[in-house]
Amino acid sequence: MAKMTLKTEGDTHVVVTRRFAAPPEAVYRAHTDPKLIQQWLLGPEGWTMPVCISEAHPNGRIRYEWINGKGAGFHVTGEYLELEPFSRIVHVERMHLPDPTPDNHIETRFDADGEGTLLTLRMTLPDAETRAKMLATGMERGMEASYVRLEGMI
Amino acid sequence: MSTLDTAFSALSDPTRRAILARLAQGEATVMELAKPFEMTQPAISRHLKVLETAGLIVRRVDGTKRPCRLAKAGIEPIDQWLAMLREALAKNYDRLDSVLANMKPEK
Repeated sequence: MAKMTLKTEGDTHVVVTRRFAAPPEAVYRAHTDPKLIQQWLLGPEGWTMPVCISEAHPNGRIRYEWINGKGAGFHVTGEYLELEPFSRIVHVERMHLPDPTPDNHIETRFDADGEGTLLTLRMTLPDAETRAKMLATGMERGMEASYVRLEGMI
Repeated sequence: MSTLDTAFSALSDPTRRAILARLAQGEATVMELAKPFEMTQPAISRHLKVLETAGLIVRRVDGTKRPCRLAKAGIEPIDQWLAMLREALAKNYDRLDSVLANMKPEK
């Protein structure tokens, strides 16, 4: 079973890896095609993404809106910076809670791994404080790192 | 601020995270904690104060020393919260597995 790894790196990075049983092209499309994104980028059970804008070209807009059907919701906006089909995406994004969080700069790599794909997300936050806040409030994207476990405390 | 906000704010500093990592190996005094860092004892003491206020460490009195150790009660809620968030991300990727399984290759 493909296991996700998630770790902090230095003071401002978060790195996530996950293997998929599909070729890089498919995983890449699932990250850029709004119809596909809406099917999986949902966070905890019960949330849906009624609005998904993903203009997969340099300077293209990103907008994801989530609701939980119980009156709660929030959205993420961002821009694509670089796209190399089907191997690499660089984009920035910020959460609106409702005030925008500082930009999270994300490089997503899709590397062929046998029959499948190794996905690697490398996030860069402006500073350590922002990273800690993002990990604390990264909710629906579930972006977290257990400082506790990662730094060998328990 | 909520307890978690206070805790995460305390965790946002690399020195404080390093102090916690050291304390994971067992109790330590201010002098022992100051040694690996190029910091004065008062500077370390200030960091300890932040960690203590956030409920992440507790200190006891031992003669003139006040050794510190991790506060299990303060660490556990963070660990549970993070486990929940990790779960949400893992769930996204489990869903992506199904999405990929249903995609027809574009030929």
